Amino acid sequence: MLKPVKFSPFKEKSRHLTRTFCLSLVALIFSATVAFAQDGEAASGGADDGIPSDPAVISAGEALFKQNCTVCHAINDRVVGPALRDIHTRRPLPWIISFVQNSQKVIQSGDDYAVKLYNEYNKTQMTSFDFSNEEILSVVAYLKAESTKPAETADPTTTTTDGQVAQGGGSGVPSEYINIILIGLLIVLALILLVLVLIVSVLTKYLAQKDDLDEADKDVVQNRFDLGKTLKGNTFMGFAVFIFTAIVLKSVIDGLFTVGVQQGYQPAQPIAFSHKLHAGQMEIDCNYCHTGVRTSKSANIPSPNICMNCHTVIQNVGGQTGMSPEIQKIYNAIDNNQPIEWVRVHNLPDLAYFNHSQHVKVGGLECQTCHGEIQEMDVVYQFAPLTMGWCINCHRETQINTKDNAYYDKLVELHEKKSKKPMTVEDNGGLECAKCHY
Amino acid sequence: MKENTKIYWKGIEQLKNDPEFVKNADKEFPEYLPISENENGNSRRDFLKLMGFGVAAVSLAACEAPIRKAIPYLNKPVDVDPSVANYYASTYINGSDYCSVVVKTREGRPIKIEGNKLSKFSGGGTTAQVEASVLSLYDKQRLQNPMKSGAAVTWDALDAEVKSKLGEIAAAGGQIKIVTHSIVSPSTKKAIAKFIAAYPSTQVITYDASSYSGALNANLSSFGIRALPSYNFNKSKTTVSFGADFLGTWLNPVAFSKQFAETRKLGPKKKEMSRLYSFESNLSLTGANADYRSPIRPSEVGLYVGNLYNLIAAKAGAPAISVAKVDDTATLTKAANDLWASKGSSIVVSGENDISVQTVVNAINNLLGNYGSTLSWDAPVMTKQGDDAMMDVFVTDLSQGLVSGVIFFNCNPVYDHPKGAVIGSSLAKAKFTLSTSDRVDETTSQVTYVAPDNHYLESWNDAEPAKGQYSLSQPAISNIFNTRQAQQSFLTWGNVSTSYLDFIKENWKETHFASQTEIADFQTFWDQCLYNGVFEGDATSTMSAVEFSGDVNAAGTKIAGKYKKGTGLELVTYESIAIGAGEQANNPWLQEMPDPLSKVCWENYISMSQSTANELGIEMKEGFTTKVNVKAGIGTVTLPVVVQPGQAAGTVGLALGYGRTKAGKVADGVGVNAFALLSSNSEGIVYSVAGVTIEPTGESYRIAQTQTHQTFMGRETVIQEATLAEYKADASAGRYKPMISSYSGPKKPNAVSLWKGHEYNNHHWGMVIDLNSCTGCAACSVACQVENNIPVVGKEEVVNRREMAWLRIDRYYSSQGNKEDKSMEGLSMLEKASENPEVTFQPMMCQQCNNAPCETVCPVAATTHSTEGLNQMTYNRCIGTRYCANNCPFKVRRFNWFKYHDNRQFPDNTAMNNELGKMVLNPDVVVRARGVMEKCSFCVQRIQTGKLNAKKQGRRPVDGEISTACATACPTEAIVFGDMKDSNSRISQLLRLSATEEGDTEVKEERAYNVLEEIGVKPNVWYFTKIRNKELTDNQA
Repeated sequence: MLKPVKFSPFKEKSRHLTRTFCLSLVALIFSATVAFAQDGEAASGGADDGIPSDPAVISAGEALFKQNCTVCHAINDRVVGPALRDIHTRRPLPWIISFVQNSQKVIQSGDDYAVKLYNEYNKTQMTSFDFSNEEILSVVAYLKAESTKPAETADPTTTTTDGQVAQGGGSGVPSEYINIILIGLLIVLALILLVLVLIVSVLTKYLAQKDDLDEADKDVVQNRFDLGKTLKGNTFMGFAVFIFTAIVLKSVIDGLFTVGVQQGYQPAQPIAFSHKLHAGQMEIDCNYCHTGVRTSKSANIPSPNICMNCHTVIQNVGGQTGMSPEIQKIYNAIDNNQPIEWVRVHNLPDLAYFNHSQHVKVGGLECQTCHGEIQEMDVVYQFAPLTMGWCINCHRETQINTKDNAYYDKLVELHEKKSKKPMTVEDNGGLECAKCHY
Repeated sequence: MKENTKIYWKGIEQLKNDPEFVKNADKEFPEYLPISENENGNSRRDFLKLMGFGVAAVSLAACEAPIRKAIPYLNKPVDVDPSVANYYASTYINGSDYCSVVVKTREGRPIKIEGNKLSKFSGGGTTAQVEASVLSLYDKQRLQNPMKSGAAVTWDALDAEVKSKLGEIAAAGGQIKIVTHSIVSPSTKKAIAKFIAAYPSTQVITYDASSYSGALNANLSSFGIRALPSYNFNKSKTTVSFGADFLGTWLNPVAFSKQFAETRKLGPKKKEMSRLYSFESNLSLTGANADYRSPIRPSEVGLYVGNLYNLIAAKAGAPAISVAKVDDTATLTKAANDLWASKGSSIVVSGENDISVQTVVNAINNLLGNYGSTLSWDAPVMTKQGDDAMMDVFVTDLSQGLVSGVIFFNCNPVYDHPKGAVIGSSLAKAKFTLSTSDRVDETTSQVTYVAPDNHYLESWNDAEPAKGQYSLSQPAISNIFNTRQAQQSFLTWGNVSTSYLDFIKENWKETHFASQTEIADFQTFWDQCLYNGVFEGDATSTMSAVEFSGDVNAAGTKIAGKYKKGTGLELVTYESIAIGAGEQANNPWLQEMPDPLSKVCWENYISMSQSTANELGIEMKEGFTTKVNVKAGIGTVTLPVVVQPGQAAGTVGLALGYGRTKAGKVADGVGVNAFALLSSNSEGIVYSVAGVTIEPTGESYRIAQTQTHQTFMGRETVIQEATLAEYKADASAGRYKPMISSYSGPKKPNAVSLWKGHEYNNHHWGMVIDLNSCTGCAACSVACQVENNIPVVGKEEVVNRREMAWLRIDRYYSSQGNKEDKSMEGLSMLEKASENPEVTFQPMMCQQCNNAPCETVCPVAATTHSTEGLNQMTYNRCIGTRYCANNCPFKVRRFNWFKYHDNRQFPDNTAMNNELGKMVLNPDVVVRARGVMEKCSFCVQRIQTGKLNAKKQGRRPVDGEISTACATACPTEAIVFGDMKDSNSRISQLLRLSATEEGDTEVKEERAYNVLEEIGVKPNVWYFTKIRNKELTDNQA
């Protein structure tokens, strides 16, 4: 289930298109500068802090980090523990090593930073890791490499398709630079404007001193720029009204289209269940917990008895002892005979019928096509807009998975007689109302 | 259609061409819009306020969507997967009605009942009542706890008190009676036997609301067996029924309809069909399907039976009995000739609850040699065991205070027994009274203790509807309320500590498991039986050697004494198809189901012939009628009149099962209780009353009658029919074959089109409806209602012509006559035409036209055509212009005038207006909002599910795997649904589809026609002509 996402590049929202266009423009202008700056930073990090920059060490560190740390830490996000971006600049190496090896010891030693950290994170103990100094160093090296890399945009639509870059020219430009670049551009434009105004005034002054101008030219020279008059002019008013109406209309239409669209909806769940841990790191097949995904309409949220298949043994994460408070909640549910009330993330309206087995079992789609990089999500959010346009677009573009399915044999034959294009869902009536509405 | 003088009409109004009818017929919707909920009406300001509020609400709603929870099972049962339906075989037992069923459950909730095809006894079909029974499970009026004197108690407390009280009575030798309907379950009988063992002075009193006591006693004296033989209508070439509505309510209508329809199906290889004669007073379903029907008075039934005996006896050389001659000897003689001609393959039945009449009927069957062929004692039917005489003794004993303890086992005699009033008033004389009823009904409200039984869908049980044919009930849901199976109660009170399930298992182990040799392990055997729902034991029986030994002469003498040609008005009661004897009266689906013949719902009424109405000066038009006072026997009731064509002159009809006072909110106060008008004596309950007087009250009354609501505007080719002789000569007899003039000469309507037509590569769904095998039982229309979440609108809205049924059964009367004939004007014409009309039933639903007129007029493309031939209706796109309904030639589109769900204005729509009722809704079908159009979808949810299952398994769907709710429910297989692209499907075979040179398919079956073929809408529903087994001369007489 968890392969690199194969997904059809469906229509992105216009906002994205605009942004992409701007970015590519800016990127073209400033690429040289940015590249230079990055090189400079990477070079300056180097030798003096004792953190290796050997790619082999970094990849070893990456493996260690992903196996052991991602349960609680992320680079950019605060998870169970703090985000580890720029950790090498925040804390000295010896402190990091001793904290990883035994955090409680550091806290008990009265280290101000450690105590503050401990209190800040609700006195959650960090598991002690029996790592060598070199191993910890490699993790820090990895973290440093990640930190100095420009942060990847958090926008879910920038996922790649079959290794190709999805976001056109804009990709590679870190989102936090966009504002800086735009502000820079504005300043440049303002300067240009200033210069032009200066030139005009200098020229006007010069011409005004000349006597040999005829009346018409004098009028032009003495004609003072009347702002009020211009603003009251029909052309300007018409233009302004047009722009205003267009903007209002555009935002009203955009707004209306987003009514009921919950893309990005990421509610807090009663249990801090992480798909990143279960599906990503542990690589548990989606179907293991979502038992209905190949057989029925609903994929099924697993019942606690499924959780218990593993959690009777695994009672804590990251090697910690005792019962994790989150896992305790499953035990409580069973003990108190009280089902767990998850918050629904994906809410299709009742008028639309969607069947998981049709798409997963028959269509052979990956979960990620609609749910995004679920194996990367600590907290699940709604990846796709789940609008009818989104559904239909996919039905238009997706080929039917007819392989080894006798249901389609005759249909494929008939289709091939008439068309050279592969048979899409649309060709088999996939856009008809009663396929989803009844 | 060939030129004949037959005229068709849907109701008296149409026959009269009443101006009101003409006005309404012109309109798709009634002109007025009485939808203002307050009398003042809504002003423009209100509208603006509402709109302002609406805009604000929308913008607020847009800000944040409500948080919706997803709650998984705590411990998911292995077999239950959310959104996947499970099916459990079970047995429907209601009163003494029986049907082997399969229960569809979703997430542990039963949502649909279907017939069990494995059952020999019920044959795989259902009735309207069986279909509707799933809603009775979710009836809020059911008792939620055991009760004592009207207060809830615990089971332990109840058991302790019951045991001590019964113990006291038994120790003193006081009489304890268990009053019950016929018990079909052997294990229940054994459980009661355990109870009797603990309290030896106990006696079981069995009665049936519709009694078969006379027939049972007659069989006892004729054959020495107190049971009914198994009837094989499928072997009968000539059937004569004297008031036994075996297609509607009598004994086992599901199987009988199937058997009867087998003899009525025609095709290229089968050109013979049976003939049915019916002698009856009310126009019943059987009478409506009869080839020859003779309306008779109830006081003459005995005479007719006796005369038939004499006619047969004359042929057989047996001595005649002395009974008076009857009027309609012509039909009777014809019947006798036919019976004699098909000796050994004919059946004579009577619904008369009279031992002498039934003895003579037995004698006729005996003379005809029917026993051993069409009537068999191999597997006697055990569903009816009531003994009216015992019940009569019980009532007397109770009223004299001789009975100390009474237990009412799921019965309600205070309501459904003629002596109910006496029982009710005498109950106080018994020291101990208990009922196991599921609600505080008329009887239960007068007893001290109530030990509420489970619904049958919550119960374990077994049944033996016919000897050697067993079936099991299993719970499809855990108990909704704190109820307990009555059998478990009997075991508990009888000091048996095993659970009833173990008790049944033990019984089955001892008897059925031991009787078979195929399966060695009991658990496997049990699982197999549970899976199948039925266990058909060893078929060979020793009972077939029984000889007729009834005393015909004595019976004849008795008949001569009892049956006299009647004078004055006689009242004949009957079980209605919808409500039956009233057990499920609180089921709104059944209340809103129009009676197949009168098309009246939400009421019972006095049905009378046009001539009687004329005599009484009663006029009925467009549902406006008069209430009358009916004085019959000991009671007087006031109720509306319905002029019913075919009602025997001098008789009036009245349905049983209505007039409940304590059944629940839906049923209470609907109609009047006809049981209270009847009389009962030691010889049995008499279901007719002589010497009835009727006085019109002059009070005008509006009755909810759907018959003329949708009409075809005088296009009289909607029903196409012929006689058997005509059919034999020309298979396309009766067909109307319109031709359209075109530049290249006349063409078939299908050949002329503005459109290019649709291309169907994958599937092409279609339906065939055989008018010859459709009996009009309405099981399909209720099945449709259950499957598709169709709301109940209540009487008022039916009056407003806004019933929501997607599938209606049009009932057409036809008679010889000519509207243009000036000599036959006015009431005399009416009288003659409606005296004894022919009846045709035509199930009518969306015809899924290939050139659908509705599709072209929808301004928002909410109704479109699919690549599988379906005319799709998209509710979320519909804006409610109703153009489509106006443009539909079949009038099958229904508009949601209101929000019927979660609306206190529609309390009768219990399936959508309370938490419990909503459990019955089909989760795969949307509950429609106000202001949208809806119609038959060919059960697209079933099509989609079927296709998906096939795709998942990588194969094409198998014919029969995908079927609509109506086709599945149909006991006679009159409705066949399937894929016309699949050349092996039943529908393709029936239509004899064959490819034309142009690559199209052509229907070769000559009987198949599209309704309104001439308008060229190309429906995907095909009807097969109705063929009557009548002599040509009779038809034109």
